[in-house]
Amino acid sequence: MNQKLAMCILKMRWAFVLFLLLPFWAQAAMTIDITGGAQSKIPVAVAPFAGAGATYQLITDVVGADLLRSGELSLVDVSDLNPPLSDPADPRFSVARQRGAEAVVLGTVTPLASGQIQVSFRLMDAVKQTQLAGYSYTADASELRAVAHKIADVVYEKLIGVPGIFSSHIAYVIEQGKHYSLQIADADGQNVHSVLKSIEPIISPAWSSDGRQIAYVSFEKNKPIVYVQSLTTGKRHIVANFKGSNSAPSWSPDGSKLAVVLTRDSGSQIYEINADGSGLKRLTFDGGIDTEPDWSPDGQSLLFTSDRGGSPQIYQMPAGGGRAKRLTFEGDYNVSPAWSPDGKSFAFVQRNAGHFHIAVMDLATGQVQVLTHGGSDESPSFASNGKMIVYATRMNGRGVLALVSSDGKTQVHLSDVAGNLREPAWGR
Amino acid sequence: MKKTILGLVIVGLLAGCSTAEKKPAPVVNMSQPDAAARAAAAAKAAADRAAAEAAALKQATMGSEANPANAESDLFKHSIYFDYNQYSVKDEYQSVLEADANYLNAHTALKVTLQGNTDDRGSAEYNLALGQRRADAVRKALNLLGVSQAQMEAISFGKEKPRATGDDDAARAENRRVDIVPQGE
Repeated sequence: MNQKLAMCILKMRWAFVLFLLLPFWAQAAMTIDITGGAQSKIPVAVAPFAGAGATYQLITDVVGADLLRSGELSLVDVSDLNPPLSDPADPRFSVARQRGAEAVVLGTVTPLASGQIQVSFRLMDAVKQTQLAGYSYTADASELRAVAHKIADVVYEKLIGVPGIFSSHIAYVIEQGKHYSLQIADADGQNVHSVLKSIEPIISPAWSSDGRQIAYVSFEKNKPIVYVQSLTTGKRHIVANFKGSNSAPSWSPDGSKLAVVLTRDSGSQIYEINADGSGLKRLTFDGGIDTEPDWSPDGQSLLFTSDRGGSPQIYQMPAGGGRAKRLTFEGDYNVSPAWSPDGKSFAFVQRNAGHFHIAVMDLATGQVQVLTHGGSDESPSFASNGKMIVYATRMNGRGVLALVSSDGKTQVHLSDVAGNLREPAWGR
Repeated sequence: MKKTILGLVIVGLLAGCSTAEKKPAPVVNMSQPDAAARAAAAAKAAADRAAAEAAALKQATMGSEANPANAESDLFKHSIYFDYNQYSVKDEYQSVLEADANYLNAHTALKVTLQGNTDDRGSAEYNLALGQRRADAVRKALNLLGVSQAQMEAISFGKEKPRATGDDDAARAENRRVDIVPQGE
């Protein structure tokens, strides 16, 4: 209940700003809808943080919502305990266990004289009553969400054994009529920032591996041109503006180069170029289409889409160019390859009977698992822990973002009534 | 919150005035630090306005004699349509392209952009490549008719700028096309 209320309040606040100032660029918080999940979820109680009151209730709500969205944890409600549970020595601690919790998150919020707040939390094993983790953060009141995401990351990693991605960010393009904006949101779709606004399309955002720069294709000069923009200074520069089309940027893991697609010589071909726009080198040489390069996490190879065999299929070649190996064979349309962070598999889009689905191929076995069934699913991108994939799909005639766990069991939809969401890229 | 509001006001203003400006498309970089962003945005708005005025003036002074869009050729008024999954120029466009080539050969100072488009099915980047293939096909056809490569640039909008927005067959057919425009438009 409280979570819904908090989200509602958040939305109202956005709506207020919009009403006053933004007749053209409506920008609302996304709504979240979770379905499915792991078969055996770990039940966790997140006690309302003591001292949080209504002012800092957001922290408890965001931690709970993050854990729930993973699909691997379920929430046990202890919000009725008053005063809230905050001390593991509290005789009421056993209530959480009786209600099925295997772990309990206890926290306190203390406003400091400086105007900042201190947020402390412990993750307790509900059975053994031992502490699994404990941290304290001092933050500005404007950073409550960031603190909550960090807490959720710690809880998730302790319980699941893999780093959480709740503090990570997703870049995507929102299309509102003839207005386009490249935005970055927290992994829960909140805390939206605009990186670029334009009245011409923007596509193919790509994060540098350190998360500090973003490459994208903008049509603002009436043709596709590849830009790189610093997210710390906001400065941007053109990386590729050759005769013809320039598109599909993908960063080398060390951030020094990009693979791009240019049409300057002969159709759409893959090139590498230094991040400052120097040192152009052509990597593919065939008469067909080669596009959507994705640089492997180890820097050694590129996945890409090519129609050299008669239909678009996914190939792999050495990063410096060379002999390409075809990886997909099922069906006549396999595109948009996206490496998993461990380099052992990749996500891609597979067309089947006119419907587009997100699938994953294991590179060692060649086995393909179809993860989604939306029909218009596009543009997959892995989270840095490899557990979730964000992609674009359509719901009720609107472009929305969706998350699917890499085992296909959990689905989360992030939608924004303000416009069509497309071209997601999951960053750090 | 205050920072955000200031940032948004600027964007609102820019967005408001941007619709009247044709080129260059106003792009607002939102990730700059607050004060710098305000200064930069204000400077950019002024620069954009100046550029738009200069462009309008240039357009006006060119008048009807030199402005190719006002000339007899329908070079810029027709589209070249393609069938689903097809990338070669259909025979029916031969006479149209011959007229276009004649006009371009008689006006060698005129530079044109060939814009390829696709319907909305499939990946954005793959469609960009397909649209490019259509634009390249028209470029090659015109080149065979004597138009210099230096006079033409083939680019693609992929599925990003549909003329028809529906998802029925008619809308999709409308979007599988190449347009010829004066360079920069």
